[in-house]
Amino acid sequence: MTDTDQERDRNKETAFYKFTQQTLPACKPVLTPAWVITIFLFTGCIFIPVGLVTLRASRSVVEIVDRYDAECVPEPFRIDKVSYVQDDSIPKNCSRFLKVHKYMKAPIYIYYQLDNYYQNHRRYVKSRSDQQLLHGRKYHGTSSCQPVEFNNDHAIVPCGLVAWSLFNDTFKFIRERAELKVNRKNIAWKSDRDHKFGKKVYPYNFQNGTLIGGGKLNPRIPLSDQEDLIVWMRISALPSFRKLYGRIEEDLDVDDVVVVHLMNNYNTYSFSGKKKLVLSTSSWLGGKNDFLGLAYVFVGSSSLILALVFMLLHLRYRR
Amino acid sequence: MAGGRIRARIRRSHLYTFSCLRPSATEEGPHSIEGPGYSRIVHCNQPLMHKKKPLNYRSNYISTTKYNFLTFLPKALYEQFHRVANLYFLGAAIVSVTPLSPFSAVSMIAPLAFVVGLSMAKEALEDWRRFMQDMKVNTRKVKVHKEEGIFGNKSWQKVQVGDVLKVEKDQFFPADLLLLSSSYEDGICYVETMNLDGETNLKVKRALEVTLPLDDDEAFKNFTGTIKCEDPNPSLYTFVGNLEYERQVYPLDPSQILLRDSKLRNTAFVYGVVIFTGHDSKVMQNATKSPSKRSRIERKMDYIIYVLFSLLLVISLMSSIGFAVKTKFYMPDWWYLQPQSTDDYYNPEKPVVSGVTHLVTALMLYGYLIPISLYVSIEVVKVLQATFINQDIQMYDEETGNPAQARTSNLNEELGQVDTILSDKTGTLTCNQMDFLRCSIAGTAYGVRSSEVELAAAQQMAIDLEDQDVERSTVSRQKGKQQEIELETVVTSKDEKNYKSPIKGFSFEDSRIMKGNWLKEPKADIIKLFFRTLAICHTAIPELNEETGSYTYEAESPDEGAFLVAAREFGFEFFKRTQSSVFIHERYSSSGQPIEREFKILNMLEFTSKRKRMTVIVRDEDGQILLLCKGADSIIFDRLSKNGRMYEEDTTRHLNEYGEAGLRTLALAYRKLEESEYSAWNNEFQKAKTSIGADRETMLEKVADMMERELILIGATAVEDKLQKGVPQCIDKLAQAGLKIWVLTGDKMETAINIGYACSLLRQGMKQICITAISSDAKEVVKENILMQITNASQMIKLEKDPHAAFALIIDGKTLAYALGDDMKQQFLGLAVDCASVICCRVSPKQKALVTRLVKEGTGKTTLAIGDGANDVGMIQEADIGVGISGVEGMQAVMASDFSVAQFRFLERLLVVHGHWCYKRIAQMVCYFFYKNIAFGLTLFYFEAFTGFSGQSVYDDWYMLLFNVVLTSLPVISLGVFEQDVSSEVCLQFPALYQQGPRNLFFDWYRILGWMGNGLYSSLIIFFLNIIIFYDQAFRAGGQTADMAALGTTMFTCIIWALNCQIALTMSHFTWIQHLFIWGSIVTWYLFLLVYGMVSPTISGNAYQILVEALAPAPIYWSATLLVTVACNLPYMAHISFQRCFHPLDHHIIQEIKYYRKDVEDQRMWSRERSKARQKTKIGFTARVDAKIRQLRGRLQRKQPSLETHSPMSPS
Repeated sequence: MTDTDQERDRNKETAFYKFTQQTLPACKPVLTPAWVITIFLFTGCIFIPVGLVTLRASRSVVEIVDRYDAECVPEPFRIDKVSYVQDDSIPKNCSRFLKVHKYMKAPIYIYYQLDNYYQNHRRYVKSRSDQQLLHGRKYHGTSSCQPVEFNNDHAIVPCGLVAWSLFNDTFKFIRERAELKVNRKNIAWKSDRDHKFGKKVYPYNFQNGTLIGGGKLNPRIPLSDQEDLIVWMRISALPSFRKLYGRIEEDLDVDDVVVVHLMNNYNTYSFSGKKKLVLSTSSWLGGKNDFLGLAYVFVGSSSLILALVFMLLHLRYRR
Repeated sequence: MAGGRIRARIRRSHLYTFSCLRPSATEEGPHSIEGPGYSRIVHCNQPLMHKKKPLNYRSNYISTTKYNFLTFLPKALYEQFHRVANLYFLGAAIVSVTPLSPFSAVSMIAPLAFVVGLSMAKEALEDWRRFMQDMKVNTRKVKVHKEEGIFGNKSWQKVQVGDVLKVEKDQFFPADLLLLSSSYEDGICYVETMNLDGETNLKVKRALEVTLPLDDDEAFKNFTGTIKCEDPNPSLYTFVGNLEYERQVYPLDPSQILLRDSKLRNTAFVYGVVIFTGHDSKVMQNATKSPSKRSRIERKMDYIIYVLFSLLLVISLMSSIGFAVKTKFYMPDWWYLQPQSTDDYYNPEKPVVSGVTHLVTALMLYGYLIPISLYVSIEVVKVLQATFINQDIQMYDEETGNPAQARTSNLNEELGQVDTILSDKTGTLTCNQMDFLRCSIAGTAYGVRSSEVELAAAQQMAIDLEDQDVERSTVSRQKGKQQEIELETVVTSKDEKNYKSPIKGFSFEDSRIMKGNWLKEPKADIIKLFFRTLAICHTAIPELNEETGSYTYEAESPDEGAFLVAAREFGFEFFKRTQSSVFIHERYSSSGQPIEREFKILNMLEFTSKRKRMTVIVRDEDGQILLLCKGADSIIFDRLSKNGRMYEEDTTRHLNEYGEAGLRTLALAYRKLEESEYSAWNNEFQKAKTSIGADRETMLEKVADMMERELILIGATAVEDKLQKGVPQCIDKLAQAGLKIWVLTGDKMETAINIGYACSLLRQGMKQICITAISSDAKEVVKENILMQITNASQMIKLEKDPHAAFALIIDGKTLAYALGDDMKQQFLGLAVDCASVICCRVSPKQKALVTRLVKEGTGKTTLAIGDGANDVGMIQEADIGVGISGVEGMQAVMASDFSVAQFRFLERLLVVHGHWCYKRIAQMVCYFFYKNIAFGLTLFYFEAFTGFSGQSVYDDWYMLLFNVVLTSLPVISLGVFEQDVSSEVCLQFPALYQQGPRNLFFDWYRILGWMGNGLYSSLIIFFLNIIIFYDQAFRAGGQTADMAALGTTMFTCIIWALNCQIALTMSHFTWIQHLFIWGSIVTWYLFLLVYGMVSPTISGNAYQILVEALAPAPIYWSATLLVTVACNLPYMAHISFQRCFHPLDHHIIQEIKYYRKDVEDQRMWSRERSKARQKTKIGFTARVDAKIRQLRGRLQRKQPSLETHSPMSPS
């Protein structure tokens, strides 16, 4: 054994000895007034600028929100909107005019927003089969899809309440007579498309029952390409939520008027949920939400105030 | 029982007069052994007979384990699910396999299995240790008769009933044996029963005469016999049985029975027949299960768990009512849920049913409020804390090689909350080692060395003088403190000096009578008689130490040992005892040559606690018959003849001096007997001895009493009952820590008071309240009198104006018997609590336990009992914490204790350092646990309100599974194991810090609720900030909106960060381990997320690639984490900073001083803080010094009124 080995052994021994004697070297930070004031000042100095920057990012986002669920029901049907929306024989066309109040740089994201819609209800959340989405009809353990599991003794693909209640309003955007090109690809997470929804799984026996929920699916397109479905099946956390519909890849100028031709198919009337159409640009931080910036500024200024209070108290009641 | 013991003692006197009188076998007929309870039959030397029923008794294999391989699982599981929290989680786990469960079954079962499995593993490990200990005992070897007179080794567990054993010197008996014969011709042997009853003196056992010839191996060739006796029972002092041997029946009594776990001493070997084996043996029958104790914190924790359960129930009810309402009124409109085709659970038509079933779901969902891992974490922490206690090198006793030991780990934190210490005296405060220090012979006092008490007093005086100087020169109190520290060192060094004293038991120093100089003293013949009395009047056995050539003595009591050593040092070496004689070397004689003298022992009247004296009647070589007597001074003085009182006055004076010096005294006297006088008495005595019947003892006593009269006083001895090392300092520190110390001793009052002085529990100027029972036959009168004494004393204390006045209560066992009565105990307790020190003397083991219970239940505070002997077992088991002294050989107290230390002085470190730490650690840990589970659990509840109370959780099942078990458990364990508010040195320097425990500053409801409030706040911040931040807009530049997985994961990230930062703020001591655990937990979370995101989406579901793809590239994820973490901890941070700056607790100040290195740079400030941080105390030598200083100051102020204005002693 060499000297260094021995030394290492000895070190190990003393380290272990220190451990058992509870005398390991330790840092013992003490919140002295100086430290406290420094920490609070530091927090304040970091948080307020961060808050301002995020606030700026959020403010830079231009957002147009248009609620259309009420207006898009023709006058005569307004008394009983539910039967209107459930009646397939009545056309559901509707036009909306959106005025751009601020220059919007592409890409402009199109969202539909539903309110009072409990996508996060446990019954709803559970009613799906991820295995089936990936493997298709080969997979049989779909009992979780109750009550939308079988129809006429045939498995439904995709099964479950979530898929069954697929959102099916559609939107078309026209600016100055020209249709705005809406890119509806790549609106879902790539991992979902690649790994969760089968490339060879095609819709089967879907929306064939007596009870029709939401949208239908083209049985010739594999699930991995049904991006609307993929987006829809990402459960929202709150009963009020937006989901991505597509992207407009052209800039919109101030005072442009965008005409939206939409098909008002989806029933939110029975539970008096709102439907909104949202056009929004995005910043590096995402969409428009001042809260984060404000919260940063608030916390930052609280901590500055605390620093000040401590300083004053410390000067006043010096120990 | 007491009567029986005395009888046994007096009979034992036959042994020393040896063959003179052995009670003949016909004295009492054989016991009539019939009926139930007397069915045991033992065929001696025919163990094969016991192979078959009904004589197949239990084997000698002992097992003290709780479980065996078969019962472990059911029993341990039962133990685990005894806890209400675990039962709840078991229920939850069972429900989790049904669709009612909000989580997957594995996420409910896995943590439970982990937690329960860990607890069970701990149980198994502990049981394994017990098993190994049993095996060690079971595999000990003993010599057993095989056949044809050949003995061979056999392990203990193989020993069978009927076996003949040969046990050699200093071996333990493997089973209860019938003594057949010993290496002594008359079949006696000496036994040490320390393991059984804690008594250190040797007991004598004696074989039946008829079996005496069986004294070599060969003799057992053809030996057979039958024993019929009682069934196994726990009574150690009784035995009823008959031996049928050679067609004769002989009665057996306890003096022929050698009990398992006692030790053979001073006897080369004995032969014995096994009667009771294994668990049938008396000692095993005696083994009581020590009561399981729970700490205060744990008991309170149960209440908190109940609070949390109520909270759980309330929010579950709210949730299920909400659910029922939603289901009834709203759900029919939610077509996307297909309300028309539901089972009962979501059926809008049956809202009550769905509400009730939802209650089950909700109870499980919010189960995170109940910290499942709390118990197991606490167990892990406590085991580690206990390891630290065991490993502490500063509580390791090098002399005996015994470390401190936490025998039960569940009381660690209780050590930090002790209010009253109840201490045994002998063996705990004192060494039970006597040093011969002084003597008074013929009215002259010899011995110049001072006792510890006197030394302390002398130092006191020196300090007082210096203090006067201090006063005059108006130097600050500072110096007083310095001196005090010096005093500590002086006392310590003195202690050490004593320890090196060359001869054990002898600290005498006086040139007048040492080295034969006594011959030149005026009353040399009386001195000679004095020494001879010391050398002859005893029951000890000499042993030649071959190495040194000197003799050591096996004495029944340490006093006797000290006398013999003293006699040897004075030149009267007792070196041989035969059946009827005592032999002495007299080194110094008038002729100048060493002489060997033989004294024929005619009678020996032994010492009993009732007689309080011992007498031998000897015939010296000149044929002169002498009666030599030693005994308690009061007894001896009563028996002096008229002309024997020559030195009474002087001796009494000396005895008083010795008493004040804390010494134990005995008076010596003699009487010369005429031949005729003696033989007349002896006839009477023999008659009494051979008489039959119950009054034999009284007759014997009466006859003995007749002889022990008309004595002539020789002198008195004074031996020092040596205090254990460091006891006064330890008591001083404990007193400064605000602990009350009660001494409960079996000793007489005078001795107890001496010891009280020696360890500064008593001091001059303290008002001693002695409560004694008047001797009256009428119980009522005695009772009334005691009650009056108690009320008077209480009154006196109440009326006392001087705030510094201290009182001491001294009470004896007889009085205590009344004072502990139901009608008086409250008054007694009230008085005792008002007194600075309490000393109870002459108390029985039972009374010790009763006093402990009274203090424990009466004051409601934590009590700690410390003792070393079997007589302390009751007290140790009764107290909240029992501490056993493991330095001595007896293990009874240690076995019953919760902690064991080798010496009393380690108690200081055990309490002030480990107790303080453990209390704070556990308290903070438990508080944090509740905080973290509330902070987490409530977010689940808030989310419910947004899901229509449907029971959906926002987090992935795996997150939840890992939350308690992996992600937040290690930091909190490191808090519980490693946290130190101040270092151990500081703990010892500032004993007042200890008071944080008894005052329960860290686990009162205020603090607990504060932590819960903090949890509530954190949960609100974590949940609402996150949902507003991620409200509905895109959370990335790519326009994607946040789904439930993204929100849940972000929220969970915030929780992990917030909780771990919170614990970092809570801690004040970071070694690399804490850093690793805290920051490691956060890193683990991200690593988990990464790995979890990489496994197949069929497992990870929505969390698939969530970190890599969705969250990590989104700045909002990181900035939300930062914001929420800071927002969660900001108020707490402000709170602790505010508290630290403006309402600092003691440890805050010390931490700060340490932090600024003021202790090094500003010594004055440091020691000023030290003296400030003391508890006001009235005992201990610091209090002594303070009292003295006060007294002097008062005197000075009267003398020099000018000083008043500038008193340097202003209380700081």
